[in-house]
Amino acid sequence: MEYSILILITPFVLFLFLGLVGGKLKPNLAGIIGTLGMGFCSVLAYSIAYQYFFVIGKTADTWQSVIPFSFEWLRFTELLHIDLGILLDPISVMMLVVITTVSLMVHIYSLGYMHGEDGFQRYYAFLSLFSFSMLGLVVATNIFQMYIFWELVGVSSYSLIGFYYQKPSAVRASKKAFIVTRFADLGFLVGILILSYYTKTFDFAALTANNAELVTTSFAGGTFMGLSLVSWALALIFMGGAGKSAMFPLHIWLPDAMEGPTPVSALIHAATMVVAGVFLVARLFPVYIFGAPEVLTMIAYIGAFTALFAAVIAITQTDIKRVLAFSTISQIAYMMAALGVSGYGDHDGLGYMSSMFHLFTHAFFKALLFLGAGSVIHAVHSNEMKDMGGLHKYMKITSITFFIACLAIAGIPPFSGFFSKDEILAAAFHNQPLIFWTLWVVAGLTAFYMFRLYFGVFFNGKRDYHHKPHESGFTMALPLIILAVFSIFTGFIPFSEYISSDGKPFDMHIDMTVATLSVVAAIVGIAVAYVLYFKDSEKPAMLANRFKGLYTLSINKFYLDEVWLFVTKKVIFNCISRPIAWFDKQVIDGTMDNIANVTQKVSHRVRFLQSGHTQRYIAFFVMGAILIAIAVFIFV
Amino acid sequence: MNFSNFLFMQHEIGLVAVFLILFFADILGSNDKKWFYPLASILFAAFTVAGFFFNPQGEAFGGMFVASPLTSFMKNLLNIATFLVFLQTYRWLEQKEIKERRFEYFLISLITLLGMYLMISAGNFMMLYIGMETASLPLATLVAFNKHQRKSAEAGVKFIMISALASAVMLFGVSYLYGATGTFYFSDMAANISTSPMVLLGLVFFFGGLGFKLSLVPFHLWTADVYEGAPTSITAYLSVVSKGAAAFALLFALFKVFGNIEGVWQGIVWGLSVITITLGNLFALRQTDIKRFFAFSSISQAGYIVLGIIANNSMGITATVFYVLVYVFSNLASFAVISAVENKNGGDTSIAAFNGLSKSNPKLALLMMLSVFSLGGIPFFAGFFSKFFIFMAAASAGFYLLVFIALLNTVISLFYYLMIVKAMYINKADETSVTPIKSDNYSRISMVICFVGILVVGVISGIYTYINGLAML
Repeated sequence: MEYSILILITPFVLFLFLGLVGGKLKPNLAGIIGTLGMGFCSVLAYSIAYQYFFVIGKTADTWQSVIPFSFEWLRFTELLHIDLGILLDPISVMMLVVITTVSLMVHIYSLGYMHGEDGFQRYYAFLSLFSFSMLGLVVATNIFQMYIFWELVGVSSYSLIGFYYQKPSAVRASKKAFIVTRFADLGFLVGILILSYYTKTFDFAALTANNAELVTTSFAGGTFMGLSLVSWALALIFMGGAGKSAMFPLHIWLPDAMEGPTPVSALIHAATMVVAGVFLVARLFPVYIFGAPEVLTMIAYIGAFTALFAAVIAITQTDIKRVLAFSTISQIAYMMAALGVSGYGDHDGLGYMSSMFHLFTHAFFKALLFLGAGSVIHAVHSNEMKDMGGLHKYMKITSITFFIACLAIAGIPPFSGFFSKDEILAAAFHNQPLIFWTLWVVAGLTAFYMFRLYFGVFFNGKRDYHHKPHESGFTMALPLIILAVFSIFTGFIPFSEYISSDGKPFDMHIDMTVATLSVVAAIVGIAVAYVLYFKDSEKPAMLANRFKGLYTLSINKFYLDEVWLFVTKKVIFNCISRPIAWFDKQVIDGTMDNIANVTQKVSHRVRFLQSGHTQRYIAFFVMGAILIAIAVFIFV
Repeated sequence: MNFSNFLFMQHEIGLVAVFLILFFADILGSNDKKWFYPLASILFAAFTVAGFFFNPQGEAFGGMFVASPLTSFMKNLLNIATFLVFLQTYRWLEQKEIKERRFEYFLISLITLLGMYLMISAGNFMMLYIGMETASLPLATLVAFNKHQRKSAEAGVKFIMISALASAVMLFGVSYLYGATGTFYFSDMAANISTSPMVLLGLVFFFGGLGFKLSLVPFHLWTADVYEGAPTSITAYLSVVSKGAAAFALLFALFKVFGNIEGVWQGIVWGLSVITITLGNLFALRQTDIKRFFAFSSISQAGYIVLGIIANNSMGITATVFYVLVYVFSNLASFAVISAVENKNGGDTSIAAFNGLSKSNPKLALLMMLSVFSLGGIPFFAGFFSKFFIFMAAASAGFYLLVFIALLNTVISLFYYLMIVKAMYINKADETSVTPIKSDNYSRISMVICFVGILVVGVISGIYTYINGLAML
């Protein structure tokens, strides 16, 4: 399995190559090189997955962690050292497949979508960098390596969101994304430090071994502000995950990040980077459940709340990509909630399994939705739903694939979303009824806002288009079709055979009560959307008027952006930043200026030493030696 | 006489063999000798590589000569540096007045290198002294190699005078040590060491002798004049190879002989490193000539090198050796660029010649920039890691104030290192600036090696771990 290192080397080399000499290549050539490289990575990922799941992964009926490659990078003590390596276990292998597949689709799609853009080569270079970072993140053998790649993901996503750097809104969005996630990562880092301080290791295997024995025993019962230290560490680590995965209240960057090119949104803000937080919690799952179950409960409630919150906002948004952005937040929160309600081992670990299952299926249908949206935007040159309508007859492929994705996300059997969502609901149903009912409502809302979008864009009367919209070219249609196939069939994978909380396969079955409830919710959602939006009518406006308060709150995203602005601009800037700036300018700069001035003056004064006369040099030599001797005699 | 003793001297014997081959090739060959330069470089390259397979361990001649994996590594390190310097001399040795004497350059360099080997492997003060003389005296002829130029000749005279003085001072110190302990052998002397006035006086004067080679303040005054006057590749040799050898010799002498009275020499090193770093920086700030600039920069670097020695533990050894290793690549990268610019510009070595270098010679400018970044200790170039380890070693022995002062000085040094970058990247080219240069293949090889070294040595943790393994033995 040593060849698995290639899956990291290839995208990194591609990044260096495209970044350094890409500018000299013809844009198309650069794009094709990038795409072929990513294709190679996908082949690798699939071959690793085959080898892992069907040849070497399972011994004694348990999925093992395989480390085909690892070297020690920095050593602090015997135990505490930073390794760089590759860890293969069911979830990391699954992530390899997801990332390379979606990334390859996005690479192909971008050949058409980004055609003729300035900086086409730069775009592909950054795509490679992002793929490299994300792949490195999921195969990390230890939490510090994960942190390194975690930050790399942040940087590369920053440069991709800000790809149109001449556009002020894109620059603002990329800054916002970077700062918000970076702020969350501060918590992550502190959490890592606390955790490794007590456990003396970064290694995932050591942390999670034997029901996270190391974590439960090494924290000597210390508490801080009423919470045990281990809970603090894990809650802070979760804060990092909440930043990347856009959990309330750190979700504010994701809708703005839609300023980036649409394929980027499909890759980063649907399938890969935003699920990093879910992946993080899943990776440390035994530590959470045995070390600090109360944190896990908190995660469940944050997840459920975020899911509902984002779904409510998604209902009123009019920008097609923003609807999808809030839908993403809501779905990721679904996965978080699933992790939160999960138990450990066998069927109790259903939440864990279903979370990963939903991550897997969601990646494909959400990428499909984004790419479909990109196709629409490409055709009508606008993001606003009011500029769209009746596109079904112009863009058959886009419309049908989008429809499939909508059915999948709404949870209509037999599309993939149904199976994964059903397992999540089942897990919640048996553990936390409150969370179950919340998620159930969210399922209905999801179906409603997705079909509001679908009907509004592809049906709903006719618009007068200046240019007649037409179906996108082959490079854009192909990924849509492939992803649609994935969206239909991935639900049939017997996921619990492969992924479970303790590595042992178990039987999953469809819980008929839950399934019926969720399908009913979805159908009601779709039906309402059909009535309101299939044909152009006054009904939506009337409803908006009727529930004016709620409508205003929702369309303004509950004013969360404004709250954050108040906290940062008014409170933090005035009370913390200004005093620090003063200290920096007056005290620190002042000291430095003084050092510089004194240095200059002294250096002027001591010139006489360097006279050029050998006699003097010799005199200084001997005198120096004698002075040192005197000093030694005085001090010893 | 037991001839198996000689087996411990594999590096020395190998070097003498290289010397003899080149010597006879020179005498017996025809007049033209176009092949001489490739022969010398390839032969020395082969010897450098072969050096990594010599791994003697033991004592020869009753403890006069000591070989260990650590000394072998140090010698290999000096070989690499010398090889890089050789590669940078091609253009210079092609010049008319020098061409017919170019083999002398190689032969004399090899002799000085032999002297440095003996300094490192010395187990006896007489051996150390002989090594130091072998390393110093021929260097004076190298410094005066451009003998038709007044500056070079003057530098040679200065060098030999101060060098004679340093030898005298050192011998004076050693004679006191002998008087106090009755032996020249490191191990015997260590057993009888005390803090009697005679030993202290001996220690200080012995220190002065090596301080001259390391150019520690106040034994440093020759440095700037000699560095400026000497041919550029000799300056490179002096600043890297000669300095590295002296640092290693000092390290062994202090650890092996004076290990029991570490408090005394730690005090000396403490004071000298502070004034060396500071004064080196203060003078470097004002220079307008690039070679003088690097003279003072190398003085200040010497102060950092002895910071590692002060720790008196294996971590200190590792940090020192690692520092020298990184210093080899960083400093020689600069000198490769300086040689190229100087040869193109007819010997003009003012900093102004570098104005606008990034436009006319982007690759040279990039290399120079990496080099000064590394010397200044900017992450993630090798110099950052070497400074980090040095500071860690000194801090591990409890010298926090010293580390703090050194850190402050790092900031000052950044300022003047960045002046070079500013000249190359921000200043506009004027009539003194250099035009596009076509380098010869030999110096290109050396530049590539330095480039890779600066980028890679710090990041590959295996190198540090490897040296640490040697130092623990």
